[in-house]
Amino acid sequence: MKRGVSGKGAKAGLALTRSVCYIVLILLSLLCIFSFYFLIVNASRPHAEIMSELSLSPGKYLFKNLSNLLADKNISLLRGLFNSLFISACTAALTSYFSAMTAYGIYAYNFRFKKAAFTFIMMIMMVPTQVSAVGFIQLVSGMGLMDTFYPLILPSIAAPVVFYFMKSYMESVLPLEIVEAARVDGSNEFMTFNRIILPVIKPALAVQAIFSFVANWNNYFTPQLIINSDKNKTIPILIAQLRSADYMKFDLGMVYIMIFVAIIPLLIVYIFLSKYIIKGLTLGSVKG
Amino acid sequence: MPEKTERKTHRSVSYAKWGYFFIAPFFAVFIVFQLIPLLSTFYYSLFEYYRVGLKQIGPNFVYFKNYIEVLTGEMPEYALNTLIIWIMGFIPQILVSMLLAVWFTSYRLKLRGQRFFKTVIYMPNLIMASALAMLFFMLFSPVGPVNQMLTEWGIIDQSILFFNIPITARAIIAFMNFLMWFGNTTILLMAGIMGIDQNLFETAQIDGAKPFMIFIKITLPLLMPILVYVLITSMIGGIQMFDIPQVMTNRLGTPDRTTMTLIMYLNRHLTSKNLGLGGAVSVIVFIMTSILSVFVYSSLMRNYRIPREKAGTALFGKTKQKQSEVEVI
Repeated sequence: MKRGVSGKGAKAGLALTRSVCYIVLILLSLLCIFSFYFLIVNASRPHAEIMSELSLSPGKYLFKNLSNLLADKNISLLRGLFNSLFISACTAALTSYFSAMTAYGIYAYNFRFKKAAFTFIMMIMMVPTQVSAVGFIQLVSGMGLMDTFYPLILPSIAAPVVFYFMKSYMESVLPLEIVEAARVDGSNEFMTFNRIILPVIKPALAVQAIFSFVANWNNYFTPQLIINSDKNKTIPILIAQLRSADYMKFDLGMVYIMIFVAIIPLLIVYIFLSKYIIKGLTLGSVKG
Repeated sequence: MPEKTERKTHRSVSYAKWGYFFIAPFFAVFIVFQLIPLLSTFYYSLFEYYRVGLKQIGPNFVYFKNYIEVLTGEMPEYALNTLIIWIMGFIPQILVSMLLAVWFTSYRLKLRGQRFFKTVIYMPNLIMASALAMLFFMLFSPVGPVNQMLTEWGIIDQSILFFNIPITARAIIAFMNFLMWFGNTTILLMAGIMGIDQNLFETAQIDGAKPFMIFIKITLPLLMPILVYVLITSMIGGIQMFDIPQVMTNRLGTPDRTTMTLIMYLNRHLTSKNLGLGGAVSVIVFIMTSILSVFVYSSLMRNYRIPREKAGTALFGKTKQKQSEVEVI
């Protein structure tokens, strides 16, 4: 330790480096927060004020803007919220359950095509959903499912990335002796999975359900291809619709409150769940 | 003895069948909703098949005419746009993430409030991209807060029309991509650094290596696999860039189509029901991502070449073990 020779100098140097780190971190945090701060500020101000001048402190118009938006007949906000919530909740449940089921099938049993099945799922993991959209639309309209929620919910049963996460998680926490013990007790395999395995992998299920919920809440590409009637529109579609309308004619307070509704509830949930979310990230996606 | 063996074999065979039962839903849904659409997309790409008003043209088999049309037409331009915007976002992303990951994992610095900072920088990743695009469209609009601020501070006299200038329009999209992904990358890289044998750092420090040298000689080379993983997955994500430019430019890729991305182009064919051209664009994008995916695939499968028990440790053991030493969050 060359620096260690002069203890004081090293300490001062370290303190300086540390302050630089903190300044950079604070600036980056501000960068992350500033746009949302403006969102809150402008969502709580009336149209005329937003147009005329800049403000750094929130106004008192939040609920007025919100009730204006709810009263607007062209934007069915509540309907959109319900649709988004419904689709996201269904996909979250299906994705986590069926991915765990698939992962368990490959993890716990030695069947003939086990390796082939695993390799296959790994190979299709990175295929973007967009590239099969042409055929997907044709298929969905052939099935008569256009403008319904089925094509947005059912495909989530096959989620290779979630499968990979679940399988890795099982390898680290699930001893097969549990399964053996259940067999001795005469438990049916499917019951064993539902009653014994699922509780053990609950943390993984929760993390993947959260991620899947968020991904579907935010999803814009597939819904905009499938949904066309007003009553079935999801929040991202309503946002895009807001942009394609001539926004200068709009009440800007309402535009901001609409973005607010799309973003802020999720942020609040995130603040409570962030610990699990960030931990889940490092568990699932690091492959050294 | 023989009797026992026989019974054992019999038992394992009867249970093995359950494997098919458990993986059946995945494969059934995959085949119906992904494989069949993918194959039919390939099929449509060879046909002239579109709609003019109410009139349906085709399907007429035209060999590779659609591919020639998109490749000699607008597609290269849009591929270039996508690449430029991706690079503009990725370079700051990887640099900032690397810096933060090294800082957060440094024993020497022992930064406080890590959990807070990680929570904040990861936050934008969960935001609805379309809503973020709309928000930035409002913030940077001629009467938006950014222009108001710049005018108030006397930096400009007239509002800057950010969305009418190619470089600023692209930069705003790239900035949103950066904002959404640098926290995620930071956390991935941190986990990677914590997976490195800590003795190496200590030994180097005792030998008098400066932090920068430690970074160049130890951290960077050992982190290479994860860096490659981050690079490739980010590229694949970049190719799929859609929501932000689509909503921000109201699907037009303004100004002058300089922010039109590959998937926006594909989406245009999808909404105008041109299955032939849409199919050709899809297949080309599919090939591009497949080539990139090979790298991801091989890096993930490396874990499974080592014996089974070790594979689990490689994925979780290390992170968990290090958790006790350095708090992950």
